[in-house]
Amino acid sequence: MIHFVLLISRQGKVRLTKWYSPYSQKERTKVIRELSGVILTRGPKLCNFVEWRGFKVVYKRYASLYFCMCIDQDDNELEILEIIHHYVEILDRYFGSVCELDLIFNFHKAYYILDELLIAGELQEPSKKTVARLIAAQDSLVETAKEQASSISNIIAQATK
Amino acid sequence: MNPFSSGTRLRDMIRAIRACKTAAEERAVVRKECAAIRAAINENDQDYRHRNLAKLMFIQMLGYPTHFGQMECLKLIASSGFPEKRIGYLGLMLLLDERQEVLMLVTNSLKQDLNHSNQYIVGLALCALGNICSAEMARDLAPEVERLLQFRDPNIRKKAALCSIRIIKKVPDLAENFINPAASLLKEKHHGVLITGVQLCTDLCKVSSEALEYFRKKCTDGLVKTLRDIANSPYAPEYDIAGITDPFLHIRLLKLLRILGQGDADASDCMNDILAQVATKTESNKNAGNAILYECVETIMSIEDNGGLRVLAINILGRFLSNRDNNIRYVALNMLMKAMMVDAQAVQRHRATILECVKDSDASIQKRALELVYLLVNENNVKPLTKELIEYLEVSDQEFKGDLTAKICSLVEKFSPEKIWYIDQMLKVLSEAGNFVKDEVWHALIVVISNATDLHGYTVRALYRAVQTSTEQETLVRVAVWCIGEYGDMLVNDVGMLDIEDPITVTESDAVDATEVAIKRHSSDLTTKAMALIALLKLSSRFPSCSERIRDIIVQNKGNLVLELQQRSIEFNCILQKHQNIRSALVERMPVLDEATFSGRRAGSLPAAVSTSTGAPRNLPNGIAKPAAAPIADLLDLSSDDVPAPSSSGGDFLQDLLGVDLSPASAPSGTSQPPKAGTDVLLDLLSLGTLPPAQSSSSTSDILSSSQDNKAPLANLNGLSSLPSLSPNATSPASAASMMDLLDGFGPSPQNHEENGPAYPSLVAYESSSLRMTFNFSKQPGNPQTTLIQATFTNLSPNVYNDFLFQAAVPKFLQLHLDPASSNTLPASGNGSITQNLKVTNSQHGKKSLVMRIRIAYKMKNKEVLEEGQISNFPRDL
Repeated sequence: MIHFVLLISRQGKVRLTKWYSPYSQKERTKVIRELSGVILTRGPKLCNFVEWRGFKVVYKRYASLYFCMCIDQDDNELEILEIIHHYVEILDRYFGSVCELDLIFNFHKAYYILDELLIAGELQEPSKKTVARLIAAQDSLVETAKEQASSISNIIAQATK
Repeated sequence: MNPFSSGTRLRDMIRAIRACKTAAEERAVVRKECAAIRAAINENDQDYRHRNLAKLMFIQMLGYPTHFGQMECLKLIASSGFPEKRIGYLGLMLLLDERQEVLMLVTNSLKQDLNHSNQYIVGLALCALGNICSAEMARDLAPEVERLLQFRDPNIRKKAALCSIRIIKKVPDLAENFINPAASLLKEKHHGVLITGVQLCTDLCKVSSEALEYFRKKCTDGLVKTLRDIANSPYAPEYDIAGITDPFLHIRLLKLLRILGQGDADASDCMNDILAQVATKTESNKNAGNAILYECVETIMSIEDNGGLRVLAINILGRFLSNRDNNIRYVALNMLMKAMMVDAQAVQRHRATILECVKDSDASIQKRALELVYLLVNENNVKPLTKELIEYLEVSDQEFKGDLTAKICSLVEKFSPEKIWYIDQMLKVLSEAGNFVKDEVWHALIVVISNATDLHGYTVRALYRAVQTSTEQETLVRVAVWCIGEYGDMLVNDVGMLDIEDPITVTESDAVDATEVAIKRHSSDLTTKAMALIALLKLSSRFPSCSERIRDIIVQNKGNLVLELQQRSIEFNCILQKHQNIRSALVERMPVLDEATFSGRRAGSLPAAVSTSTGAPRNLPNGIAKPAAAPIADLLDLSSDDVPAPSSSGGDFLQDLLGVDLSPASAPSGTSQPPKAGTDVLLDLLSLGTLPPAQSSSSTSDILSSSQDNKAPLANLNGLSSLPSLSPNATSPASAASMMDLLDGFGPSPQNHEENGPAYPSLVAYESSSLRMTFNFSKQPGNPQTTLIQATFTNLSPNVYNDFLFQAAVPKFLQLHLDPASSNTLPASGNGSITQNLKVTNSQHGKKSLVMRIRIAYKMKNKEVLEEGQISNFPRDL
């Protein structure tokens, strides 16, 4: 099971956090500080796994961002690397060659995509296409609702003129 | 793109925060935003609610408190539109967790949304439930989730499956409800549903043995078939990763098969073929393929034995181990640990490669490899492996040295074939990484050295050599100093020279030099310095020619700022100056330490004593009858503060004897109820000078007089050894004498009195020009509220007192019981005393301490005398 997902920039800024096990706000801050200290200082050739408090943290760097997932001792680390890559590919398709700025300004979308990928710390969908389709469908629902809202407010505005 | 169309937009806030140059600026921006959001919340502003929540999520990610936004999530979830719900659920998952009470309020909305006609809204609710639901919510909403496992849209079914995992983890009792629906998910074609269904079954097996049995019987064949289909499936672009169709599904299937096959020969048999196929056919040039192989190897290792498959699996690990990719090597090491349990011989074949991994530059791999090597060591290969590890110790990183040292020490101790090898290896470790060696390790080394009688000379010479070159290793210095103190004569005379040794010429003053260096070195800590001081004392007797020099060094330390060292120096100086006659007996070589006691003690209930003691071996008297029985922890205990909890009267007694700073309490504390007289002896010794010359027991007064005028301590003290109190081991005259002399020059050390647990110093409760009353305290074990007080009255005047009567009164929270006095006549000038026992029960024990008002009436020369007083200086905690 994945206990949490972290996206940390090379400067140590947090770009996304998702907790599947309960951690209080204080613990979260501590975990992030501790892990970014360990992970950001590791050299490029080293393996992508860090043992930490009886768990393992699997991380992978994409451009300026570190994607980290914390898993149990007996989980498959190599598979987690694939899941991270899977997520990155979906983000890449959604944003069109994603960069850190996309994730900063559209952090909520990064979360929506993650929620289509993982629930309860387990993988939910192996197909990138399906995830993309589901996200697009929900995005269009939002768009329609917004159009409706603006047309209604237009009507109200005209009526009250 | 931006869903928020007016006001201070989310985008602008993020820009403003990113533009901040300092943390203070950022805080200011966030504070301003939070204030605006709070204001909007108070006004119950609906239009910007979702935008405010989005801002809060960003703010929360930066680590600021956002609890005030929690209710906003609930409001958004309760609204009807999809956009509001979407952001509301996201906020719920980010701002809250299962431990917040507020979460309960959302149960109702969740229930409605799980039954919503819009499947995306159902999906949102399932996702939120799966990520943060509490046990209570799980119970309330389980029926909805169960129903959704059969929902028409597969995307809802897969979400419901993962949601069920959360539910059964929170409430394992609900597992049986999910067994049937989960089994039907295994027949699905949709990969998302299949993957989540397999995962659900895996987790069901973990919480319910019933589920495990069910799936084992009904689903094993089906799962094997699914795995075969997926492994043989033609290219499927939607699920393809590096030429493999859906590695995620492969891995999950293998995991579930592992659980089903474990401990069941039939199920294991059923999956052998497909496992062999996966193990041989999977491409291993990409990470995805390796992930499957890794999972497959683990499954082969875990299911019931099939020799052929295991060979295959170990071979795969061997290939992994020689892979250039660190990730692959890491998982190989990880898996070889598990393989050790199954087939140690096969893993031994890879020993050389594994040993190379210990020297890898990657800390994660080093750590794994070291643990594996630790498992690999046995009697046959301990020598070469230890040699390699110790060689590596010289070049390894500082951070890794701690781990490595601990493992080497443990191996050497566990497998050492002979003592000389053990000592050699430990010396190497101490010289390379002495600062990483734990206290109990070098304590154990000293015990071994002490027992290896024929190696004393060899060891002390080797240590002397080592300490010349690596002076910075604290524990090496300690062990060396101890050995030089004990076996210094063997160092200079080449006693017990072994064939393998190089001859070495050490003069007596060289040996003293080495010890002096340890005292004078600034980086030495208290323990080392104290040990060096004791070693010097010992050397003073071994090397008469250096005696003067040693005294100079000790005298230099009389002004030491550390109390412990100062006290020792004064005491030792006293021994050197005044007591030449007993010195040689006092500093004789320490008796052989008992290994069994030490290891038993170490493994037993008193590790604290070993690890917390700033332990320096005490080189005190040999006249003790059975010193070998003394646990080393006591011997090592030098500091007066941490008196270890006494376990046996013998050991405890030894500690008393050895602790020159002897706290009066430790004597009675060990033996549950030592006879009174004995306690008095010790207690009285410590309050010398304030005591009357006469005491109740004659032997006591003997001792007192001897210690006061100090003329013939040995002769008089012979009486002491007959005292019942002074323990099972009977003290030697020498030790007692030295103790007194020391006290003579020093007096009692009052700082000890408060820390001595169940025993209490005696108290001069009342004193006038004509009369003194002393209280001795004791407690009955198991009854802390009650204090037994023995009052001793001494006449300080030249007249006899008749009709002596003692009365006492206590406040209400105390109960007082007075026994009859031993007499009503008190002889003059301290030529005798009256004793009377009191029993006080303190109902406010621990909160209030004792107080007592007393009245003493007697007749002196037929004249009535009345003396009154109040005693409020009882020891605390009575």
